[in-house]
Amino acid sequence: MRTERSNVLKVSDLHVQVQTKDGASTLVQDINFELEKGKVLGLVGESGSGKTVTSMSILQLLDRKTTTIEGSITLQGRELNGLDDKEIREIRGKDIAFIMQNPMNSFTPVFTIGNQFIETIRSHTSLNKKQAKELAIDAMQNVNLPDPAKLLKSFPFQLSGGMLQRVMIAMAACLHPSVIIADEPTTALDVHNQLQVLRHLDKIRAEYGTAILLISHDLGVISEMADDVVVMQHGRIVETANVFELFDNPQHEYTKKLLNARLILNHEEPITYML
Amino acid sequence: MSLLQVKAVTHSYNSHTFFKWKDHSKKVLTDISLSIDEGTCLGLLGTSGAGKSTLGKVILGLERPQQGQVLFQGHDIYTADKLIRQKIRRDLQVVFQDSYSSVNPRMTAEHIIGEPLENYEKLTVAEQKRTVIELLERVGLSEKDLKKYPHQFSGGQLQRINIARAISLKPLLIVLDESVSSLDMVNQTLILELLNELKKDFGLSYLFITHDIKAAYSISDTLGVLEKGELIELYDSKTQFFSSEHPVVKQMRGSILAEHPRFRSLPTRINKT
Repeated sequence: MRTERSNVLKVSDLHVQVQTKDGASTLVQDINFELEKGKVLGLVGESGSGKTVTSMSILQLLDRKTTTIEGSITLQGRELNGLDDKEIREIRGKDIAFIMQNPMNSFTPVFTIGNQFIETIRSHTSLNKKQAKELAIDAMQNVNLPDPAKLLKSFPFQLSGGMLQRVMIAMAACLHPSVIIADEPTTALDVHNQLQVLRHLDKIRAEYGTAILLISHDLGVISEMADDVVVMQHGRIVETANVFELFDNPQHEYTKKLLNARLILNHEEPITYML
Repeated sequence: MSLLQVKAVTHSYNSHTFFKWKDHSKKVLTDISLSIDEGTCLGLLGTSGAGKSTLGKVILGLERPQQGQVLFQGHDIYTADKLIRQKIRRDLQVVFQDSYSSVNPRMTAEHIIGEPLENYEKLTVAEQKRTVIELLERVGLSEKDLKKYPHQFSGGQLQRINIARAISLKPLLIVLDESVSSLDMVNQTLILELLNELKKDFGLSYLFITHDIKAAYSISDTLGVLEKGELIELYDSKTQFFSSEHPVVKQMRGSILAEHPRFRSLPTRINKT
C-alpha cells in the first residue's frame, strides 16, 4: 500500500509570501526539512516565527488568492504544492492528519461528534455508516475515552478540552495516516491532560509508524517527544539538530535564548524520578 | 494584617431548568480559607474544573459567595460602603487568560490603557498620553503601538496591554487568572520577569491562578492546591509542594514535562538517542 521510503515528508526551499496592501511580505523562507517514518520532528520557535504557516502550507490550507507558496513539498515522492482542491482534499485527513491547537474551535458546534467523525471516515473510505461507526468507537477506545457510543451522540461543547483533543487524535489516527501534523496539541490543556495526549500521540506513532511533525513552543513537550528538532525564528530555520544535541549543546544564539527561557524548578531531585 | 483574607467561602452554581423541583445546584467551592500578605504572591494550582477561576471571581467581587467572607484590608468587599468599594475596585485588578476577549476590539491600545486613568485620575490629555506611553514601555511595547487596534497585536503583545491596564492605577493586588498560559515560552518568561519586577517596585501582591506548575513555582511565595472545589493543600513555602504526599499533588508532580530529553517519562521514548 505504502512505499517504504524512509522520508515520508520532504519540504525543500519552501518560501511563502502574502500579498498585502503594501506589497508582498515574506512569511517563511528557505525551509528545508525531512520527516522520517516513525520519527517525531519538533518544530520550535516563539509566536510569529512561522511555525503554523509552515504546517498550513504543507496542507495547502493557506488562501491561494493572497499567498504564494514556492518550493517543493513531497509526500512519499508525490508533489503536494500546487495540487488542486479536489486532490489535496483526498490527502488531508487520510495521508496527513492535522491536530490543531484549540480543540474547541476545530469542531462544528452544530453537529454531533459522531456526525463529524463518521463523515471524516466515510469521505476517505468506502465503509458504510455502521462500519464507520464501529471504526470510530474503536479509535476512541484507543485513546481511553470513556463510553464512546455515548460520546458520539454528544455535541462538542459538552466535552472538556482534554476530551475533545483526544477525540481529535482518535479522528486523526483512525485512518492510519503516514504523517500527523500536531500544531501545539497540548497548549490549551492542563498539565495532567498534556501528558495523556502526548502518550496517545506516541502510542499511535509506535503502532502505525506514523511520522509526527510536532509544533510547539513548549520545550517540555519537545524534550518529551522529539527525535530531531528544527528551530525557527522570523520565518527562517536557524538550527536543526538531534534533540539531545540541541539541549546539551545549542549552537545558535536564538536556541540558547529559548533554552534559557525555560522555567526550571529549583529543587533537589529531578522531577521525573518521582514518577 | 493580611491584605486579603478569604474566610470559609462556599459557593455553588445553580442551573436553571424548566422543572424546578429537582435540585440542580453544583457545588464549586467548599469552605475555602486563605490569606495573601502585602507584597507576596499566592499561587493557586488546580486542574481544569477545580474551581480556580470561580475563586478568582469571588475575590474580585464578581461572584457573591453563598457563604463566607472576602476581606480586603479588613473590609468585606461585598458589604462595605460604596466609597470603600470604589477604592477596593481600584486596588484590585485582574488579568484574564484570553487576552482578546478582555479588550474592546473597537478601542485603540491608547484608549484601552487610558480608560481606567480616565475614570480614576484627573489628568490632562497630554499627561494621560505620557502615562500611557510610560506604561507601554514598562511592559515592553513602544509608542508606535498607541494607535493600534487589538487585532493588530499578537496574543502575547495584547496580554502585555492587559497588564499595562491592570497596573495603570498602581493597585495593591492583581488577580492573574491563567495570564501567561496562552503565551509562548520566551514571552512567558519575560512576562513573569516583568511581574516579578512590578511586584518589587510597587509592593504588589498577586493571586496567580494557573495549571502550570513551573510558572506558579517561579513566581509564587506561597502555594495552594485546589481540587474539586476544595483547597486540599496550602503551603507557606512553595518548596513544600515537592515533599507533599497528597495523592493529587503526587499526580500533578508526575505530569510535569521533562526539562531535558534525558528525563523524559514516556516509556517508548526513553533510551532513544
